Amino acid sequence: MNPSRGAAFIEREASVTLPWTEMAEAGLIPQGGTAARVKTGAWRTGSMPVLELSRCIHCLRCWIWCPDSAVLLDGEKVTGIDYDHCKGCGICAQVCPPKVHAIEMVPEGGEA
Amino acid sequence: MATTEAYRITERRRVTMTGAEATAEAMRQIHPDVVAAYPITPQTDIVMRFARFVADGVVQTEFVPVESEHSALSAVVGASAAGARAMTATSGPGFALMHEILYVAAGYRLPIVMPVANRALSGPINIHGDHSDTMGSRDAGWIHLYAENAQEAYDDLIQAVRIAEHPEVRVPVLVGQDGFIITHGMEIVEVLTDDEVRAFVGEYRPERYLLDVDHPMTVGALALQNSYFEVKRQLAEAVRRSARIIADVGEEFGRLTGRYYGLTEPYRMEDAELVIVAIGSTAGTAKDVIDELRGRGVKAGLVKVRVFRPFPARNLRDLLGRARAVAVLDRADSYAGLGGPLFAETKAALYGLPQAPVMTGYVYGLGGRDITPEMIAAVYDDLGQLAERARADHAAVAAEAALSVRYLGVRER
Repeated sequence: MNPSRGAAFIEREASVTLPWTEMAEAGLIPQGGTAARVKTGAWRTGSMPVLELSRCIHCLRCWIWCPDSAVLLDGEKVTGIDYDHCKGCGICAQVCPPKVHAIEMVPEGGEA
Repeated sequence: MATTEAYRITERRRVTMTGAEATAEAMRQIHPDVVAAYPITPQTDIVMRFARFVADGVVQTEFVPVESEHSALSAVVGASAAGARAMTATSGPGFALMHEILYVAAGYRLPIVMPVANRALSGPINIHGDHSDTMGSRDAGWIHLYAENAQEAYDDLIQAVRIAEHPEVRVPVLVGQDGFIITHGMEIVEVLTDDEVRAFVGEYRPERYLLDVDHPMTVGALALQNSYFEVKRQLAEAVRRSARIIADVGEEFGRLTGRYYGLTEPYRMEDAELVIVAIGSTAGTAKDVIDELRGRGVKAGLVKVRVFRPFPARNLRDLLGRARAVAVLDRADSYAGLGGPLFAETKAALYGLPQAPVMTGYVYGLGGRDITPEMIAAVYDDLGQLAERARADHAAVAAEAALSVRYLGVRER
């Protein structure tokens, strides 16, 4: 596949306009980082992780395990949660060491 | 990658082996990066032999034993997307269990190669040779090759790698061989040297792959109303384009081995008036019958369909256009469709020809039921009578025959 064709695909949001002969083959998206533009946090499960930064020891387990890269870092320090992409799966709270307990899942939206 | 010396084949050999053994040998020589498989009769013999090559260190292939065929093809899809030359093998119900993932492999344009030991589908349970499995998923977007015997099972698999990976194709290829009849039947097979096979298939260099971290990409993104149709149109065009590549690869393989391959194989078709169209091992039986009939002055001929997808419509028009009567033999039924899949599509291919022959369809050999030379001779007899009746009123006889499906070798009363 022609890489420039792939770039055009992204730049023009062109899936609605490009003919089949010019679209990236097999529906591939031939560049990284596009997931950042799709905010998936809107359909969180109903509970959200809340980070108590004062307890955090920056072991980065939550960052490693988060399936959506929604744990924000500054260098090697955890700085917060990216709620635009966090789906509320709770894995970060699970892997946070029990003695540290810096992340708690709390109900969200007043439905609990 | 090197194979251990003990197994290395450095001179061409003629060896007695089964289709399964020949297939495993081809896989060893192709030396894929990843094989994921689940055993199912009559495919088991293929993967069992290949697993032994892995266990003995003869190949450095990553072998992934999985818990189902759905997982086998899923693992191979992942491996292929990651950049590996990946293969699996299956049969009958295992192939049916892959149905969903067949579309994924084709839709993602992954050049996976898969031998299939063609087998009947349940119920009732039956483990024998039948084309119901692959014909049931004929529209998944895979290229279909079918072997006539163990030699072709071996030759086709090697060619399949080149076809699947061709930059203008990149479509998965399945290579069917009749379960037990070919997989477990002993024949003489000419085996190429390891170096010849390696040179023929070449090093796999995917243009893009997930493990290429310098060029990140997303495989399997959502494609809804605004883009799915375009992706599928690309696939249709790639399968169509593959016809030329299959012919080119078959020609190149012929120059190497003396065994040339095309989309179809005509047998004594120069002046044939009564013609059978068939897929797989039955074509071999028909050739013997034709030789016998020719000795008695019957102008009998055969068109073996080696490639079912892309469907060789133009070849069939050229080959069958001058015949008087044609019988299409299907080892799969479509249950009150317009005949088996090969019959229905062969008729469609000949639609509109000014001198189209009278055509009729036969379903035979379901669940591994024998098809004997006598049965094939009886079909030529039927064709002779059909051609005679058509002399009087071609249009009426042709119209009636086109809708008739007969069952060959079933107990009628």
